[in-house]
Amino acid sequence: MKEIAVLNYNAGNIQSVLFALERLNVKPVLTGDPDRLIKADKIIFPGVGEASTTMKYLRTHHLDEVIRAYTGPFLGICLGLQLMCRHSEEGDVDCLGVFDIPVVRFPDRQGMKVPHMGWNTMRFADHDLLRGIPQDSFFYFVHSYYAAIAPATIGRTIYGVEFTSVLARDNYMATQFHPEKSGLVGHQLIENFINL
Amino acid sequence: MIAKRIIPCLDVKDGRTVKGVNFVKLRDAGDPVELALRYCEHGADELVFLDITATVEKRKNIAHLARRVAEQINIPFTIGGGNRTVEDVATALENGADKVAINSAAVQNPDLIDEAAKAFGSQCIVIAVDGCQIGDKWYVHTSGGTKKVELDVFDWVVECEKRGAGEILFTSMDHDGTKQGFAIDVLERINRSIKIPLIASGGAGTKAHFLELFRANAADAALAASIFHFNEVPVPELKAYLKENGISVR
Repeated sequence: MKEIAVLNYNAGNIQSVLFALERLNVKPVLTGDPDRLIKADKIIFPGVGEASTTMKYLRTHHLDEVIRAYTGPFLGICLGLQLMCRHSEEGDVDCLGVFDIPVVRFPDRQGMKVPHMGWNTMRFADHDLLRGIPQDSFFYFVHSYYAAIAPATIGRTIYGVEFTSVLARDNYMATQFHPEKSGLVGHQLIENFINL
Repeated sequence: MIAKRIIPCLDVKDGRTVKGVNFVKLRDAGDPVELALRYCEHGADELVFLDITATVEKRKNIAHLARRVAEQINIPFTIGGGNRTVEDVATALENGADKVAINSAAVQNPDLIDEAAKAFGSQCIVIAVDGCQIGDKWYVHTSGGTKKVELDVFDWVVECEKRGAGEILFTSMDHDGTKQGFAIDVLERINRSIKIPLIASGGAGTKAHFLELFRANAADAALAASIFHFNEVPVPELKAYLKENGISVR
């Protein structure tokens, strides 16, 4: 039996990710134990929270080292994606640096609501994580900061600016949207990750 | 492009939907989870559950409801109705709700907004505002619209945003239940005065009412109850209509 670990760091609404996996008949392990994580077949790094507080927690518990050393399929979600980048403007904090990309706040513009909350479309390049998903599908986003477009960007979305909605390099993948809340296409993405 | 959201609202009491529903082929029309699943299939973008249970068991009820919904559906949902403390908010979120709506308690104790936003993040704090026009002013009302408060609607939504609210759900009591259309003027004014998303509620009777709301750029999302429950305006039909008329929908 392959073990999918969900990285537990006292973030909000981890429940939704667990339920999404259970709907796919996967019984995930929720853990913040570095030894258990490094041995897992796959890791999901969910995220609802504030960047600098969460980074501090990860460092204190040596979870940053686990994430950098891990070689299996790894999926970051929302704040998870942002923390896998180099630096975040939210709390002006150095992050994990898995992706060499800055995370910045959406510009303050008339008529542009922040947070970017709701369903938005994505254009994407071929990748196993996105197999079976139609171009321009809608995904559910809730965020005030975004990762800039970079070589590791495989999915992009426009909200005032064009930003990274999916990143992938080697074993690391990350989505800015919440696949666990993105209806059928989100369900497909999680299933794809399980089947990698 | 970001889509305008369509949000059915379900009233729940003791774990059962209260208002009648008119969906065919529902095994149990009183089961909020079965209804929620049906709305998911129909392309609803979010759901709001208002728990109107008024017993000491309330928090347990909300926890149970949130968990059952979160287990089954894969779109975001909000739980409202009697969230009075940070502990109430925590209960709903820990059991899988994406957001909580706070109404009267925020008016009585505005610090609750700051505390809840600080503890859980602004993105999950929706402030529900019930407003009624008296003379040329719009007044906030609490306790299900029964109590007038000496508080201007426009001042209040701006204060909610400053204190950390992530979204405003505005119901015009003058329009609610009339099926004569949304309160476009006041919604448009609220929408211009805040930088967080606005959900419009009250007055929807036809597909054209939603188009009118979104064309006026008076809200980011629209909420309704009975017209969806009684299939007077089916969600798939509404979305097809909005799309034909150039509104971005999912």
